[in-house]
Amino acid sequence: MISQLSWKVGGQQGEGIESTGEIFSIALNRLGYYLYGYRHFSSRIKGGHTNNKIRVSTTQVRSIADDLDILVAFDQETIDFNFHELRQGGIVIADAKFNPTIPDESRATLYAVPFTDIATELGTALMKNMVAVGASSAVLGLDISVYEGVVQEIFGRKGEQVVAKNMEAIRAGAQFMREQLGDNIQLMQLEKADGKKRMFMIGNDAIALGALAGGSRFMAAYPITPASEIMEYLIKKLPQFGGTVIQTEDEIAACTMAIGANYAGVRTLTASAGPGLSLMMEAIGLAGITETPIVIVDTQRGGPSTGLPTKQEQSDLMAMIYGTHGEIPKVVIAPSTVQEAFYDMVEAFNIAEEYQCPVIVLTDLQLSLGKQTVEPLEYDKIEIRRGKLVTGELPEIPDKGCFKRYEVTEDGVSPRVLPGMKNGIHHVTGVEHDETGRPSEVAANRIAQMDKRLRKLKHIQFPTPVHKHVKHEEADILIVGFNSTRGAIEEAMERLERDGIKVNHAHVRLIHPFPTEEMLPLVQSAKKVVVVENNATGQLANILKMNVGHAEKVFNVLKYDGNPFLPHEVYTKCKELF
Amino acid sequence: MATFKDFRNNIKPNWCPGCGDFSVQAAIQRAAANVGLEPHELVVVSGIGCSGRISGYINSYGFHGVHGRALPIAQGVKMANRDLTVIAAGGDGDGFAIGMGHTIHAIRRNIDITYIVMDNQIYGLTKGQTSPRSEVGFKTKSTPQGSVEPALSIMEMALTAGATFVAQSFSSDLKELTQLIEEGMKHKGFSLINVFSPCVTYNKVNTYDWFKDNLTSLSSIEGYDPSNREMAMQTLMKHKGLVTGLIYQNKERKSYQDLVPGYSEKPLTEADLTISKEKFDQLVAEFM
Repeated sequence: MISQLSWKVGGQQGEGIESTGEIFSIALNRLGYYLYGYRHFSSRIKGGHTNNKIRVSTTQVRSIADDLDILVAFDQETIDFNFHELRQGGIVIADAKFNPTIPDESRATLYAVPFTDIATELGTALMKNMVAVGASSAVLGLDISVYEGVVQEIFGRKGEQVVAKNMEAIRAGAQFMREQLGDNIQLMQLEKADGKKRMFMIGNDAIALGALAGGSRFMAAYPITPASEIMEYLIKKLPQFGGTVIQTEDEIAACTMAIGANYAGVRTLTASAGPGLSLMMEAIGLAGITETPIVIVDTQRGGPSTGLPTKQEQSDLMAMIYGTHGEIPKVVIAPSTVQEAFYDMVEAFNIAEEYQCPVIVLTDLQLSLGKQTVEPLEYDKIEIRRGKLVTGELPEIPDKGCFKRYEVTEDGVSPRVLPGMKNGIHHVTGVEHDETGRPSEVAANRIAQMDKRLRKLKHIQFPTPVHKHVKHEEADILIVGFNSTRGAIEEAMERLERDGIKVNHAHVRLIHPFPTEEMLPLVQSAKKVVVVENNATGQLANILKMNVGHAEKVFNVLKYDGNPFLPHEVYTKCKELF
Repeated sequence: MATFKDFRNNIKPNWCPGCGDFSVQAAIQRAAANVGLEPHELVVVSGIGCSGRISGYINSYGFHGVHGRALPIAQGVKMANRDLTVIAAGGDGDGFAIGMGHTIHAIRRNIDITYIVMDNQIYGLTKGQTSPRSEVGFKTKSTPQGSVEPALSIMEMALTAGATFVAQSFSSDLKELTQLIEEGMKHKGFSLINVFSPCVTYNKVNTYDWFKDNLTSLSSIEGYDPSNREMAMQTLMKHKGLVTGLIYQNKERKSYQDLVPGYSEKPLTEADLTISKEKFDQLVAEFM
């Protein structure tokens, strides 16, 4: 019996690879296993190799595995592309239809299963993915009856017969595989999971759900990989709350429309990836100077320009902190897990309203699209805070004077009234302005307003600015990362500890303003600081050096080939530095 | 009841003496009072340029945004609070050059706001460059030998983009302009009002006198029917776009807010920000 393994299904994009992985993983999730998925896909609708790698475990996992146990192949290309990942003793389950072969140097065993023929015999070749699901389940020793509910949900509307046929395909696949395996069936039987119900979702689902729970009722967005799922979820759900999503003509419209709606008092988000964020930069400056709250999600992907649109990267960091001309207060939050993505969205809206400034929630492709098991989200943790939003009646202002929307205050935050309120009239402009919003070029006023705006960040409160995994007062290595690298770092850390190396781990959750006070003691108490990030120039390392110093002991571990870090890569690089 | 004086504030516009925008400012103030608004019920969103300053010269809520983006900001305001009356305003450069993408899509989206363009066929604030509304041969600092690009036929463009309210006016005719803005505000959907608003400093061709000589009032055309899109298009083409009055109105098509499924009839600003435990559990269960 084993407690965890990795399974991958591959084939041509558009031939059901997604649904094979989806059905298999939903069933495993219902049995109580923890899952962590990674999709390899291309920027095209049909054709091209695609695969879906899923790690299955009886305990929480937050990284893809170093190697592979089971490869399900719908074509020879899948075997040729992926066999090198298979561990010794791993297996390939391939459709017998294409006469699969396995390269001589492979350490895995090939099982040819007639996916297509079995499916065709049962009625339609379309069900070949169900045969593959059945075969996979046999290897793991799963109880096939778990699929009854799943298949009913997916095919129920097509009628009982379709449901029955698909179940039959799963059973037939399992039966065939069991016969093929013979005594080898013992090799990969999975330990029983706890059977607890848990959520199974991608980061983008959690972001969208977090926006909803955080009181957002409107979204303006333009489709882009890997952010579109956020708008797709919200357009299904927001109408139930009276709200909606507008698909705008471009990202400039998305951001400025969101600014308009936030100005008018509705918590509004937009979400995009690098190219969209580049277009939004001028508008972000407008939100900064007009002190309009707004939440913007940036799901990082490979840049620059169109770059690697369907691949992992963490290279927008500097652009998110410093992007837009001039100087504005801005907050950049980076969740490192799907749960955090949910809570961070709620908090992002709170901070945006409390500090009246743009808040960027930064994720990366792997966090946004990697489907994984999520521990329960707690309703009681959801809290709505609207800061200095003025409600109730306002006193009349004599002589057509204006409400002091930009009153200079100690904490830099001014009272905020919404359009439509009597006696609250003021002006809002991207031009430098006085306390009532009237344009002003007076030097003293300029300084007062700039200082007031920038002062807001000094008071910012974020619940967990750094996720700390600190076991040692003095560490040999402090590993620093952000976003989805957390799981790979945690696993590497365990292995380094087993080798006798003292490792602390700090995952930066508040990117800007940088949590210098939290990070400084950790850096000081480590012999070496290793910053692990998916980019080519060490952006987080540079930000760390700039804020915390100690450049002499900061080292880069970089990966920018479009793929997420594997635990052994982090381990090996740290080991080399040590 | 508020009067047009209630929509005046104590800010002195920085426009040149004789600028056409003064009349547009006055017409908005009069129209707002005439349709029965109180100053706090109106939001004027404007772009960048001389005309973009207009949101600061009206006693109402005002938002002066970035160049070319008055329309998406204004649409956002309206979507957030459908009880507000929202006017977007700006120049021909703002709406028909840098912001043209938004103009076309705001027209076809048909959210219930009024867009007033102060069209002077030139870039004024940057001191005299060609605009998408400048005629071929028009000499400016950026086209010293005369523009070789044809002017956009903006009213025809609006019709082809699916506009439900298209009007054009001239800043000298305060009465007609006020009336058209009133009608635009009352129209259930997106209303576009293009106003010839001469730049007395940089445009020495399209002057007040030039417009007086070249404009045709639709009221002088016998049998003109603003509900007839084909007639509107033919009339515009015949007069090279130089007509004033209500060019086209479609009263049948509903506004975006009334078509989009599930969108609240109450302002979204009044929506409850919390979701019930029961609803939350239901949303969570969908991922299990």
